[in-house]
Amino acid sequence: MEETPHRRRAHTSSRDLARYAGLFAARTGVMRSSAMRDLMAVTARPEVISLAGGLPDTSTFPAGTFAAQMTRIAQESTAEALQYGPTEGFAETVDCILEVMGAEGMLPDPDDVIVTTGGQQAIDLVCKTLVDPGDVVICEAPTYPGAVPVFCSYQAETIQIDCDEDGMRIDELESVLARLDSEGKRPKFVYSVPSFQNPAGVTMSLERRRRLVELARRREMLVVEDSPYGLLRFGGEPLPPLYQLDGGDFVIYVGTFSKILSPGIRLGWAVAPPPVMEKIVLGKQASDLCSSTLTQHFVREYFGERRWREYIAELVELYRGRRDTMVEALHEHFPGEATWTEPEGGLFIWATLPEYIDTGDLLAKALREDVAFVPGQAAYVDETRGRNSMRLNFSGVGDDEIREGVRRIGKAIAEQVELYGALTGEREIAAPERAAAPEDTTADVLPFRKESSA
Amino acid sequence: MKVAVLKGGRSLERGVSLRSGARVEDALERLGHEVVSIDAGADLVKRLAAGRPDAAFVAMHGVGGEDGTVQELLEILGIPFTGPGVAACARCIDKVLAKGELRDNGVPTPDWFAFNETAFRELGAADALGELEERLGFPLMVKPSRGGSALGVRLAASWFEVPEALISAFSYDSRVLLERFVAGRELAVSVLGGEALPVVEAIPADGDPYDFEARYEIGRTDFVCPAELGEDELGAVTDAALGAYEALGCSGFSRVDLILAEEGPQVLEVNAIPGLTDTSLLPQAAEAAGMSFEELVERILELALKPAAA
Repeated sequence: MEETPHRRRAHTSSRDLARYAGLFAARTGVMRSSAMRDLMAVTARPEVISLAGGLPDTSTFPAGTFAAQMTRIAQESTAEALQYGPTEGFAETVDCILEVMGAEGMLPDPDDVIVTTGGQQAIDLVCKTLVDPGDVVICEAPTYPGAVPVFCSYQAETIQIDCDEDGMRIDELESVLARLDSEGKRPKFVYSVPSFQNPAGVTMSLERRRRLVELARRREMLVVEDSPYGLLRFGGEPLPPLYQLDGGDFVIYVGTFSKILSPGIRLGWAVAPPPVMEKIVLGKQASDLCSSTLTQHFVREYFGERRWREYIAELVELYRGRRDTMVEALHEHFPGEATWTEPEGGLFIWATLPEYIDTGDLLAKALREDVAFVPGQAAYVDETRGRNSMRLNFSGVGDDEIREGVRRIGKAIAEQVELYGALTGEREIAAPERAAAPEDTTADVLPFRKESSA
Repeated sequence: MKVAVLKGGRSLERGVSLRSGARVEDALERLGHEVVSIDAGADLVKRLAAGRPDAAFVAMHGVGGEDGTVQELLEILGIPFTGPGVAACARCIDKVLAKGELRDNGVPTPDWFAFNETAFRELGAADALGELEERLGFPLMVKPSRGGSALGVRLAASWFEVPEALISAFSYDSRVLLERFVAGRELAVSVLGGEALPVVEAIPADGDPYDFEARYEIGRTDFVCPAELGEDELGAVTDAALGAYEALGCSGFSRVDLILAEEGPQVLEVNAIPGLTDTSLLPQAAEAAGMSFEELVERILELALKPAAA
């Protein structure tokens, strides 16, 4: 007689848990704060206006086109589309990738390209190939929040270099490299999102791009250029990618179809010098053998229609409008002491509030008003940093929701600013048009603040 | 028996609640009960009325589920439910109210002052903060009055850290308390049907006594159960915990968090509906008492149906 299958029993005791805990690899020990994870879980409620995600707007993709393409795949290539494919990806997919990179002035050798399961896997594979526990990895401060857990899980010692409006501070990078030299350490790579950075929204200047590439050449140091948004430029002159400036000797390029077509198809790519690529391919084979053949067929069909640049132009129009809406709303609703970036492309604005506001706590307050954002600490390996900053996404929701969302966050901030004024006697600071209160206005209240805490 | 498991809801502790709820559902099914799983939302009353459960297992934490709101609805609908009643929940969730009750009933709790936002915004309460140094000393704890986890809880080492800590706490509630910091061993006493279970001690793994977020994470905090306590210590701790449980009018089960200081136990708070996840303290305590999770769930249910059995 056949046994009836039954549901797996949940862990029943802390002893069970301890038994598994003894088996966990050391790399699982590096965890983010659970309180913050719980908070982020609440942002998924349907009534919440979420400026927290990194979602492109997929609602504008024409359903008819999608249906026709998928039908054609079924009619013409069912067997192949449902089969395994090569680890490096189909040659036809690589052709599409070359087209996208060509649009930004890059011309890699097709043999240097591997199709990955999203840009995220490319970052993972690069780390898998290059990073041993304790190795130094350098990235921007703030950096892409999704890269932080990757660096952590390979137990890298991550050093973050400050950004300003021209991107990563190369002078700071140089002094960090000099310090590492003196410690006998050689960083495995410098990770950068040079264009419309996630989360800061800033773009690395041409001068700094040149310096970074030159530095990489001189020191024979690898740079990982992650460029999901390069083609999503709303204005200004396009800047050459690091890969183009370097010619592909020391720059590993990471790209993705997520932001120019769809994140649901989970297709990205990496371009690396042949010896590195060889190891990346082995790493990918071990990870998942190959990326989805079905969605690679979709990409081929889609690029075959030769409309992909028009679609990007539509997205650029849409996102430019939404960025403008968000910037306008920030001017209207955020306090005078707040600053924010005004990106020329991409999906994100990075706002920085007065130091006494912790955006993790602010998120709890904002959630009561049904609005969410990403607290800045998610973009730092050291969770005590970025505490008064936040990432705001403008691509995933419509103009009305952007306005309303920013209004609600602004209201929560205003309440905290006002309260701080009441607590410290620095009420004047809250008024945007006035300069900061002179030091002596606090004299008759309490010896709070202004003096730094010992 | 048909049991509705209430979980989730809108509180900031939604994530923990979903985990508690899922685990309770598993246990109830293994015990042979029919489970109606309800993520508490706008259709809660409709679903309860339609499902007609014999009892409700409330596995909700934080504001909305642990503060008497859901319990009030269950009372109106005439559905017996697990854990403390409306009034006890309302007292436990609000640390300011709870500490007042504790003090009035002679249960030791650290000295505190409570402020609401209006006091600072409109009544110049900042000028009264000067009293704090003398009365409470530094460091002191700043906490939102309502809220179960470590969210918004800060330690202020000096004057300079008080305004930021207050802003943090006020992000979670319109009332906050400033509490004397008591150094000592951190203990949790789970009470089941009026009886204390073995005491759990939380020992920070990295030795940072001020990392309150770490309290809730396995790996960052070691939990010892039963805690190593002398006979007198155990007696004092148990008395304080049961005193707190009674003072707040709890029934069914609850968890009392306290510090064992040099001057004796000091009760910090009572969690009306403590976590029931696989890393939670109440299930650990029950296990140390020889009860499986199923037995614990069955006992909690039994207490809900026959309160006199307590």
